[in-house]
Amino acid sequence: MYRLKLVPQDTTIDFFRHWRYTFGASLVAMVLSIVVFAIVGLNFGIDFRGGTSIRTEAEQPVDVGAYRDALGPMGLGDIAITEVFDPTFADDQNVAMIRIQAQDGDESVSPEVVAQVETALQGVDPTLRFTSVESVGPKVSGELVRGAIIAVTLALAAVLVYVWLRFEWQFSVGAVAALVHDIVLTIGIFSILQIRFDLAIIAALLTIVGYSLNDTVVVFDRVRENLIKYKKRPLKEVLNISVNETLSRTVMTSVTTLLALIALFVLGGDVIRGFVFAMIWGVIVGTYSSVFVASAVLLRLGVTRDWSKDKDDTPGTQFATSGKGA
Amino acid sequence: MLYIPTWQRVMIWALVALGLILAAPNLFYDRVERHNDALRVIEAQGPSPEAEAERGLWPDWMPSRIVNLGLDLRGGAHLLAEVQVADVYANRIDALWPDVRDALRTERTSVGNIRRVPSPDPAELRVQISEPAGMARALEVVRDLARPVFSFTGAGNRDLDISADGDEIVVTLSAAERAATDDRTMQQSLEIIRRRVDEAGTREPTIQRQGTDRILIQVPGIGSAAELKALIGTTARLAFHHVEGTASDAADPPGPGNMIVPSADEPGLYYIVQQTPVVSGEQLVDAQPAFDQNNRPAVNFRFNAQGGRAFGEYTAGNIGRPFAIVLDNEVVSAPTIQSHISGGSGIITGRFTVEESTQLAVLLRSGALPAEMVFLEERTVGPELGQDSIDAGQVAAAVALTAVLGFMILSYGLFGIIACLALLFNIAMIFALLSLVGATLTLPGIAGIVLTIGMAVDATVLIFERIREELRTAKGPARAIELGFEKALSAILDANITTFITAVILFAMGSGPVRGFAVTLGLGIVTSVFTAIFVTRSMIVFWFERRRPRTVTL
Repeated sequence: MYRLKLVPQDTTIDFFRHWRYTFGASLVAMVLSIVVFAIVGLNFGIDFRGGTSIRTEAEQPVDVGAYRDALGPMGLGDIAITEVFDPTFADDQNVAMIRIQAQDGDESVSPEVVAQVETALQGVDPTLRFTSVESVGPKVSGELVRGAIIAVTLALAAVLVYVWLRFEWQFSVGAVAALVHDIVLTIGIFSILQIRFDLAIIAALLTIVGYSLNDTVVVFDRVRENLIKYKKRPLKEVLNISVNETLSRTVMTSVTTLLALIALFVLGGDVIRGFVFAMIWGVIVGTYSSVFVASAVLLRLGVTRDWSKDKDDTPGTQFATSGKGA
Repeated sequence: MLYIPTWQRVMIWALVALGLILAAPNLFYDRVERHNDALRVIEAQGPSPEAEAERGLWPDWMPSRIVNLGLDLRGGAHLLAEVQVADVYANRIDALWPDVRDALRTERTSVGNIRRVPSPDPAELRVQISEPAGMARALEVVRDLARPVFSFTGAGNRDLDISADGDEIVVTLSAAERAATDDRTMQQSLEIIRRRVDEAGTREPTIQRQGTDRILIQVPGIGSAAELKALIGTTARLAFHHVEGTASDAADPPGPGNMIVPSADEPGLYYIVQQTPVVSGEQLVDAQPAFDQNNRPAVNFRFNAQGGRAFGEYTAGNIGRPFAIVLDNEVVSAPTIQSHISGGSGIITGRFTVEESTQLAVLLRSGALPAEMVFLEERTVGPELGQDSIDAGQVAAAVALTAVLGFMILSYGLFGIIACLALLFNIAMIFALLSLVGATLTLPGIAGIVLTIGMAVDATVLIFERIREELRTAKGPARAIELGFEKALSAILDANITTFITAVILFAMGSGPVRGFAVTLGLGIVTSVFTAIFVTRSMIVFWFERRRPRTVTL
């Protein structure tokens, strides 16, 4: 019977031959991301900078210039108008997004302004409908930024502690290094491509943390097992064996997840496209980082290998037995 | 040996069956929803043929809980309001003045004449006494007015802070009393908003307190956030004030104990009224839309006994003079008292439309908001956009599922088919759990489910890859399968617990869409571990027992 095999049965790829280079490349990519973030910055949505965002739908094609002319005299400050294209739209469905900056001195969002904007736009195109109107005051947006940073930091701290408890501290440092790598690169790509960064992207970031971690822990689990199995072999070899043994699974899982995500990216509509893009990017980067960052850090730090007999049992089973009942 | 005790098998399959049954209503979403709506109507208004017909769309004996659709999917309005809790302090302090005045008057011999003086802080009462030597006695008298605070944290404290500032007595609410007042204000606001939204009769609104002074309101199906704001954002504080005179400028000094209020209908006209109302809206027991003798829309109202008595006494003593009906700091009308009104009921006229009078009646009936609200966040999603998102999400999920299923079967053959069945059970169980806990499905939530489809396979893949490895060391198929499950377990648990931790943090820290996503992700992890460890295993064991294959190819 035919079996699709993405990875041959026994691979002996030397993943750590050039580990200094791959690790260096990751470092360079991270520095680049930070530089781009510092210079260009993220394209924050209204969740994080406050303001109003209006989504319009019309039967006639969108005329960004006419929209701008209609809104210009109102003196609302910075207005961004973008047409949205999507394969899921019908032929007579012309969508645009209009973003208006937070109005000075207004904590609450003024419905009068929104009403004026709607009237002005309907003057341009009477068939225009407003399918969503969202306003966030500057007070809330500030809190959302803080909340998001706290959530990401807390997630990282929790992971650090959990992996430390289950493995050794070196593993934990490796895992967190990989996660920081993934988050920094994701922020980097969002800065470069200027994809709108809103609250949902934070959820995507944390999912990336979850996914990447999932991947790293599976590799680490095998490393732990092999460290006991091959007591005398050098760490680099043990790492290589472990990555090769789990390679088939790593590829299988990445491919199935990517299949699902790509379907969502193409067919899921423009509202969540940014969100799905972040996840696709995260799956790719996360898979890469579990080998070339997490394991490389482990290789650099070394592991204490004088595990005595009774210690052999504890790390692998303490949760396994209690977890079974749950 | 490959062996699962019978009781465990029964348990596993009972849970799967339960999952399928509980998930089933979601397949017939529209019917079940109409059935549930009809049940609510029957409960509220008694049976009617239409309601019974709607009810018959879904059998009563079947589970009827369905996943709530979030605003981004169904369309509706979302508001985040901040209640101006400090407003209430000023009202409390104002209400205190007559008591303080009466108490000090009995001590006139030692404190002399008393006078209320304006204070820069409205939450502060300043009273000047003409005999500074009597200050100690005056403070003592006013302190007697303070009562203990009844609250969990404020126990043992008094509700007023009283101090002397030169020849003035300064009365403010104590910190404990402010905290207790804030809490009461929030409770009242929540209750009133809930009543108003319920009167509007929308389905499944969410009204939640957030933090110390915020309220989150989500109402599916409502046209726009502005509409929702008109319904809940109006304080509807009604009061009847004694009129001292009129003015043409808002800056005119109203005189001590008075305030200046603009007219609702006539721009440029201001009324000077006494600050302390004769009767306030809290004494209202009913309000109904009506028409006045000239057939213009109006609102009929009725006071409770106490309010009716106060109103009766006041009207008896002031025949021929006007009084002001003040609604949210505007004089709606200022009729002249024609006769003694004793029944405790009356009519509010003004320039209302029929809609306005109906809405005013609703607002008055549900009670006044104790404090004003400032809106920090407003979102409206049109129903078309929501429907588009659902459609797109469904197509994407179907394609994703087909791709993943095909890929699994190509890679693992028969075991792949087993994995696919497990995946389908898994999705059913996610929906069962979502319906059971009454979770709300949002667009990121759908993404969470699609991601789970991809990731749920991971646990199965871990097991299958491990079985492959064990098969190579030639221990016989039964032993290899056994070892595959056993050795993959620690990796599965570690990997999923860590992801679960992030889901929990997302849930705790996040709001709105992030939360919806965290819920589906978290539940997805639980069900995917369950299906991988128990359901898949149970199916493989079942197949193995039937066939007893010599060799297994995976």
